Amino acid sequence: MDHFPTNWGRPRNDAFDAYGTYPIAQRPYNGPKDTFETGVQRTQQPIVTGTSVLALKYKDGIMMAADNLASYGSLARFKDVERLHSVGNNTVIGAGGDMSDFQYIQSILDSLMIEEFTAQDGHSLGPSEIHEYLSQVMYSRRSKMDPLWNSLIVGGFKDGKRFLSYVDLLGTTYSSSTLATGYGSYIAQPLLRKAVEGYEDVLTEEQAEKIITECLKVLFYRDARSLNKYQIATITAKGVHISESRSMETTWSFAEGIRGYGSQTQ
Amino acid sequence: MFRNTYDSDNTVFSPQGRLHQVEYALEAVKQGSAAVGLRSKTHSILLALKRSSGELASYQQKMFRIDDHVGIAIAGLTSDARVLSNFMRQQAMSSKMVFNRPAPVNRLVSAIADKAQVNTQEYGRRPYGVGFLVIGLDQSGPHLYEFSPSGNSYEYYAMSIGARSQSAKTYLEKHYESFADCSLEELIKHGLHALRETLQQDKALNVNNTSIGILGPASVHETGISSSGSFRILEGDSIQPFLDTMVPKDAPAPAAGSGGAAADEDVQMQE
Repeated sequence: MDHFPTNWGRPRNDAFDAYGTYPIAQRPYNGPKDTFETGVQRTQQPIVTGTSVLALKYKDGIMMAADNLASYGSLARFKDVERLHSVGNNTVIGAGGDMSDFQYIQSILDSLMIEEFTAQDGHSLGPSEIHEYLSQVMYSRRSKMDPLWNSLIVGGFKDGKRFLSYVDLLGTTYSSSTLATGYGSYIAQPLLRKAVEGYEDVLTEEQAEKIITECLKVLFYRDARSLNKYQIATITAKGVHISESRSMETTWSFAEGIRGYGSQTQ
Repeated sequence: MFRNTYDSDNTVFSPQGRLHQVEYALEAVKQGSAAVGLRSKTHSILLALKRSSGELASYQQKMFRIDDHVGIAIAGLTSDARVLSNFMRQQAMSSKMVFNRPAPVNRLVSAIADKAQVNTQEYGRRPYGVGFLVIGLDQSGPHLYEFSPSGNSYEYYAMSIGARSQSAKTYLEKHYESFADCSLEELIKHGLHALRETLQQDKALNVNNTSIGILGPASVHETGISSSGSFRILEGDSIQPFLDTMVPKDAPAPAAGSGGAAADEDVQMQE
């Protein structure tokens, strides 16, 4: 019940009274006044998760890779998930972390691109704008203690310039010619840096692909939540291309000779 | 005709299909002192005639900076202008903060046009009583827009609003085809000549009553301007070199205009 006499007989907020017949602008507001009124939000935990994303700058643009696995804890639950998503013709985002939050991010970015498209005025959102927008969203969610539990890499090519940047659930951002999330940031990053740093303007697509698949292979051996099925995305002046899923060859024959755990030999 | 019965409510059409309140709002714009806008391939400029209420008073500000790449000149109710320009500034800042890009100028103008339109359709609200000339610079080059309280906005090569602006428009229509290739100094000279047409007899442009707003690389008379040419307002002694380039009038041209008997004051909100 509305206790304030000044609101009686006046146009009311549709969400709380369906029979308002006037525009709502600048009328007394009867809705919840802050987050605590709607119920306290708590930090979550990620449920269905993706692991590392790798990315590097090469001569023609940006190359990014991620495997096709979404884990449910230690269970390798969904093995055909696409963790690289194109945004317009100039940008790809790769996500690790909670996959439902990533799906939400995909839908808000899709809405954003549609809105921009409908303006039809020659302007479009490129990788730098998408990254800035995502940083604002991620940081603001973190500040409400309700994060989108992801680590994202935003890579793109627009107006002749390459763009590669990172943003995560805390709203932390950084940029480099090689980036990796999750286990990749520990295992793959040194390999990427050794191969790429200083050669960003020289590396061909074949060379870049070789470096990335090598890193993915090492990750499959070492990261217990990874898969040997993966996709590679390239963003160049020609636009975005995300490959079909590929598999990689690995040798596990050393496993036959193992006895016990660690130092135990029987 | 029966204008009076249909003109007190904003939400009532006249039998001729007109909204008289909106048209009266356009009148308020015509009461403000003149502002002229024009553009070339490299620059967009605004020139405005400032009024003062008397010798002891200062001259009314006619230009506002919205962002580095957008500036406006106003004609009409100054208080309404401040509200709308504040809104434009918020929109411009929001684009930089959320997307890390300068707001596309056409979208800024559409935003205030849509905002003004609400006031022409909601019961109990009055239309904004101010018109803008908006200049902007983006990837597609310099732009000039007019915004009016009816909620319409248009893009122009050159335009003028305010009192006796028709005389300025006549000058602009005569010369606009040469504007594209003008240097900044030539463009300002054209603008000053157009603005001079709006003056009443015996009045002249001087460093006190003229404002020049510029977007684009620096002119020969300016120092310390960024290479991208951020919006700046020139007033006072800094515009003397530009005034000196004007061709003197041989005989005082009769200031052609409509309803010259109107009080010579920018409409201010009375306390």
